[in-house]
Amino acid sequence: MIILENVSKSYSAGAPAINDISIHIEKGEFVFIVGDSGAGKSTLMKLMLKELEPTTGKIYINGKFLNKMKRRKVPMLRRDIGMVFQNFRLLNDRNVYDNVAFAQRVVEVPSKVIRRKVPAMLSMVGLAQKYKSYPRELSGGEQQRVALARALINNPPILLADEPTGNLDPKNSWEIMNLLDEINKRGTTVVVVTHNREIVDAMQKRVITIQKGIIVSDERKGGYIYEN
Amino acid sequence: MKIKTLLYNIQQGIVNIKRNKLFSLASVATIAICIFLIGMFYAVVVNFNYMIDTLESRLCVTTFFDADISQERVEELKNDISKRVEVSKIDYTSAEEAWEKYKEIYFGDKAELAEGFKDDNPLADSASFTIYLNDAEMQDTLVKYLEQLEGIRQVNASANTASTLSDFGKLAGYVSVALIAVLLAVGVFLIGNTVMIGITVRKEEIGIMKLMGATDFFIRAPFMVEGLMIGLAGAIIPLLVLYLLYNRIIGYLLSQFRSLETVAVFLSTQEVFKVLTPMALIIGGGIGLFGSIVTMRKHLRV
Repeated sequence: MIILENVSKSYSAGAPAINDISIHIEKGEFVFIVGDSGAGKSTLMKLMLKELEPTTGKIYINGKFLNKMKRRKVPMLRRDIGMVFQNFRLLNDRNVYDNVAFAQRVVEVPSKVIRRKVPAMLSMVGLAQKYKSYPRELSGGEQQRVALARALINNPPILLADEPTGNLDPKNSWEIMNLLDEINKRGTTVVVVTHNREIVDAMQKRVITIQKGIIVSDERKGGYIYEN
Repeated sequence: MKIKTLLYNIQQGIVNIKRNKLFSLASVATIAICIFLIGMFYAVVVNFNYMIDTLESRLCVTTFFDADISQERVEELKNDISKRVEVSKIDYTSAEEAWEKYKEIYFGDKAELAEGFKDDNPLADSASFTIYLNDAEMQDTLVKYLEQLEGIRQVNASANTASTLSDFGKLAGYVSVALIAVLLAVGVFLIGNTVMIGITVRKEEIGIMKLMGATDFFIRAPFMVEGLMIGLAGAIIPLLVLYLLYNRIIGYLLSQFRSLETVAVFLSTQEVFKVLTPMALIIGGGIGLFGSIVTMRKHLRV
């Protein structure tokens, strides 16, 4: 599903942000990517979304070869990947319903389908009652659930979560992680970049640890091994 | 593109304009002023050219013949002259016709006073060609040609009017083209700024759209709609104003400058707007689209 082969990325002179990384993630896997800030996690995500080009190495996402991909095909790649961010990135001038519907509008889904799918998705993340609320009226956990609904509404085969619990308290963090686990069980490949040691340790999933641009460990079922 | 998507983009374009009212208004106003001035220049230039054309068509060279010229030679001359490129029309006035005309003008209804000259035409040597020109500028060449022809005694031409008129017309044309170019550049710049503000305001939204896999066109379309609508609004307003003003201005000019009446022939509103309306809409819409596309190329890397 996600294949990186000997991928390096250098921004300018100096040490590369990512150095000769190879990762294979199968369909339906749940993977944590951990490492301290500056380790190269963000670069890795940008490479997968083709926001950046690798200096060397090959990247395949859902069978698509990114290196040779034409610019106008990039939107199709991004439709394969649902994204969730630490700061939610909701549109504050729109209510919950419109935030989720927005994801469908921009990929030109017919209104009829939108009207059917958005309420169903909001029920799944437990926000069916709050569809008229604006993001500022919601708690952090609720906002992240809206963001999750938005990321998943177009049925992407891959979900990329960048520090999804970074702004949440432990209770809300666990709710979001449980949702991600559930989504994974329904068949979506889930990749979570995180600092949250407690969660990584407790969930016992595959953990890839990156340090200074290289992979220092890749455990099938592991915990947060990296120590300062 | 689907109709629904088109409607959505138009709606988003309107939302952009509404969110950004002040700047949109400023852009519409600037373009309206540009196009108003373009319209004014256009109206002045076409009317001026029309007047010059009318004057030029009245502009003519008169030639008189040697006293002993034969009728055959006159015919020959007429043939030769009418073949010249400068000539649009040539009329022959015989001595008898000249006398008839003269009588009409100077004796009027007292025709009996002219009876004394009945068998002795005082204008016996006044047979002439009246030669109308295609273009005022060609007058000199034609006069030179006529003067060296055998059988022609005298050539009368108006001295300087012709070339002065066409020079002034050209100058007015150049000045207005230069001014219009500057104004258009200002219009493109302002629309560009308006769209740039729209892009800045919607930066987060655009970022999310990109991540969700919106196509370039889908992201750009609302801004193109915005530019286009501002441009068209900026064209329609001055068109309406000019339409209402045109006849009044002409009326005013004619009433203020009575002396103009003999030379001033104006085009009708319909004739001016037949060209001006599509021209203004194309220019307005064009600078709107152009301004937004240029700005997006610079500030909206999708």
